[in-house]
Amino acid sequence: MSETTATEKRSWRETWQKIAMGSALTSVLAVVAALIVGAILIAAADDQVQKTAGYFFARPTDFLWAVCSKVGSAYAALFQGAVINFGAASISEAFAPLMDTLSMSVPLIFAGLGLGMGFRAGLFNIGGQGQIIFGAIICGYIGFAVPMPPVLHMIVCVLGAFIGGALWGFIPGALKAWTGANEVIVTIMLNYIASYFLAFLLTLDAFQVPDSNVPVSPLIQSTARFPSFFGTRVDLGFVLAIAAAVGVWYLMERTTLGFSIRAVGLNPDAARTAGMSVPGSTIWVMVIAGGLAGLAATSQLLSSASATLTAGIASTFGVDAITVALLGRSKPLGTVLAGLLFGGLRAGGYLMQVLTDTPIDVILVLQSVIVLLIAAPPLVRAIFRLPDPERRKKKREKKALKAREAVA
Amino acid sequence: MKLELREVTKKFGDFTANDKISITVEEGQIHALLGENGAGKSTLMNVLYGLYQPDGGEILLDGKPVAFAGPGDAMAAGIGMVHQHFMLIPVFTVAENVVMGHEPTGPFGIIDVPKAREIVREISERFGFEVDPDAYVETLPVGVQQRVEIIKALSRQAKVLILDEPTAVLTPQETDELMQIMRQLKSQGTSIVFITHKLREVQEVADTITVIRRGKVVGEAAPTATQEELASMMVGRAVEMEVEKSPAKEGDVALSVGGLSLVERSGRALLEDISFDVRAGEILAVAGVQGNGQTELAETLMGLRRATAGSIRLDGQELADKNVHEIIDFGVGYIPEDRSKDGAIEEFSIAENLVLNQTRGEFSKHGSLRMGLIQKHSKELVEAYDIRTGSSNAELDTLSGGNQQKVVVARELSRNLKLLLAAQPTRGVDVGSIEFIHQQIVAERDKGTPVVIISTELDEVKALADRIAVMYRGRFVGIVPADTSREDLGLMMAGIMPGEKEAANE
Repeated sequence: MSETTATEKRSWRETWQKIAMGSALTSVLAVVAALIVGAILIAAADDQVQKTAGYFFARPTDFLWAVCSKVGSAYAALFQGAVINFGAASISEAFAPLMDTLSMSVPLIFAGLGLGMGFRAGLFNIGGQGQIIFGAIICGYIGFAVPMPPVLHMIVCVLGAFIGGALWGFIPGALKAWTGANEVIVTIMLNYIASYFLAFLLTLDAFQVPDSNVPVSPLIQSTARFPSFFGTRVDLGFVLAIAAAVGVWYLMERTTLGFSIRAVGLNPDAARTAGMSVPGSTIWVMVIAGGLAGLAATSQLLSSASATLTAGIASTFGVDAITVALLGRSKPLGTVLAGLLFGGLRAGGYLMQVLTDTPIDVILVLQSVIVLLIAAPPLVRAIFRLPDPERRKKKREKKALKAREAVA
Repeated sequence: MKLELREVTKKFGDFTANDKISITVEEGQIHALLGENGAGKSTLMNVLYGLYQPDGGEILLDGKPVAFAGPGDAMAAGIGMVHQHFMLIPVFTVAENVVMGHEPTGPFGIIDVPKAREIVREISERFGFEVDPDAYVETLPVGVQQRVEIIKALSRQAKVLILDEPTAVLTPQETDELMQIMRQLKSQGTSIVFITHKLREVQEVADTITVIRRGKVVGEAAPTATQEELASMMVGRAVEMEVEKSPAKEGDVALSVGGLSLVERSGRALLEDISFDVRAGEILAVAGVQGNGQTELAETLMGLRRATAGSIRLDGQELADKNVHEIIDFGVGYIPEDRSKDGAIEEFSIAENLVLNQTRGEFSKHGSLRMGLIQKHSKELVEAYDIRTGSSNAELDTLSGGNQQKVVVARELSRNLKLLLAAQPTRGVDVGSIEFIHQQIVAERDKGTPVVIISTELDEVKALADRIAVMYRGRFVGIVPADTSREDLGLMMAGIMPGEKEAANE
């Protein structure tokens, strides 16, 4: 009797510890902390708040009311723009913001998955931007210049995006594997090369609208477009992104290649001694990660009727995806959730600016604060007064050891 | 100076690392603190050195209670510590290292190097050390580096010197010299706390022995106690110092290594013309002082390094030009000398570690892992090898060192082997696990597998070997029968064949 209660108590405690100490909670708390910082900024930038602060000691309620109403309305607008619009006339209109969020999260999920794989393999791949651009170059060229029947065209474009990104991932992977070149520096430099290479291509006649001098490609042909669902902004791209997340999970957790990749990431010496090829793993990871990042380009090129290949095609997805991967703890599910959050921030940010006159830069601050807190888990623990997981872990180990010894 | 610890208690959470430990170190005495790895010796010394704050009890120096907030306080009170891993800066000279932190300075804060040199010279002369104050530490042998650490402690007027596992890194000759130095220090009134788990050294040099087990003092012993008595106090039961094993039933030659050489690009030879045969059902132990090419030999046999010349034939198959995974898949089991670096992945689960080098074979199908089979495999091995864990899905680093090593041993012995190569198979492992691992290795031999053991522990070599090869500077000095005397083996470890010495003397 007493034994079962003790076991129950222990398992309950361990579960709690897992939640509390596990990095997932750090991620959630980082987001919460970022929202608080964002609220302070939103309030501080508001005229009404500034005015009421002037006579704070005379009528503090005015000030507090101004802060609450400002922050409340800004975040309400953010929510309304990202998830659901209660004032809409129809259900499909009410959920249109959520559809926007899903669609905006697609490139972040693709690129985040790729970068996260690299992180788990011990490779700090900063080259998401360049890999997206290269995916876009090949995908885009096939999309506007090579006529093909409908479904086939789309499939070839998607493959092209993967291959383009994979190629741009292979270069730093091979340089690292064969010469030991630092992947951080190589990928950063390759971002610039990809970016200027695209700018150069767009000056060529082959990449421009005939008889035009504007550095913008012709429209992507409609045969290559993703089918959308029920006329919303969500299309096959989102399904592919989720499928890619499942695929990455399976690859990392259930295949021998993923086993080697994780082993090499955690302990290259032991992996080598176990007969795994460290250079091989490095190259594979960079190729697959690059390909996934390349797929991010499809959402820019194949999701809209007016899509063209332009110099700004990759936006800041490559950089944002680093944050997404970090916030998602480099795991597929986490990356999807983080991608949705960031997609939501992007989607809701516009409405927040329009409705409440809140600068959209606040969104950028939110993202930056999240990165800062993720990168410094002790800071998050200090803010929320959480115990140190390392110490807890040691303690748990010692307790387990003691229990075992007592049994033996 | 007399050092007294009274009922010192140190807890980590609800784990009690030191439970009311009381020890008295008289002036000019060598007090050995004997215990297995993890018994709480180092924790106790860290409390004494001010690195940890005790949760109970008190520390007295010459009868006066003291409290240390940090190592600085401890040093000021006359306590010096020589850590197992030296705290020296390799690119500094001996003199610079010795005065570091307490530099004698001239005008404008410039370091007074002649003064520093003088300090080193003065202490060296007083205690009969031979240390050149201007030598760079990185150029010195390990034994001399240790002396630099001791000088460093003495230069701060240490009256009580704590030596934490000082012989772990030393050759037998250097160990003898250290014992000499310890006696010298003692005769000049320095008290020494000598932490170790090596029984012979304790008997040789200690005045008093305190045995610690699981954070408690289990008893005091006189240096006259036998090794068996001390060992049984350490582990709580009598331990067989020898492994029970029947004479080898040797078969045909299975492993045949010929003219194996490994030369670095710089031209330095790490292995020179090594040749030996191992028969099926026989254990060949490679003895020698650490750093004489044993690591390189193991790595070359495993394909982790490419031999410059020579052949490695196992069951008629040439392995010298094969890759690591081909050699593993051919049936060579390998227990690497550094478990946490090469042998296992601490963040992986026990189950994953148990198939770490076998996912190319039966544990995968069309590139996917067979999770059910991996689970079943790990449950069986956890049971068979008595790996003490709550779950085979727990991370490896939740296990004690001995159990981690059992995971590696279980993984390698659980498949059909054509050769077992085990380097330092029981390093950092508790006595109970040592015994178990030794039995498993002998059992593998009795199945008819040729076994090569590489070990720097002479006790282990003597316990396991059917024949002993001794390595010195990348060469085999000779291969001798298992009953060769320790003295002769010691000579061979210094590169001298016993017969040759007599011949030279004539």
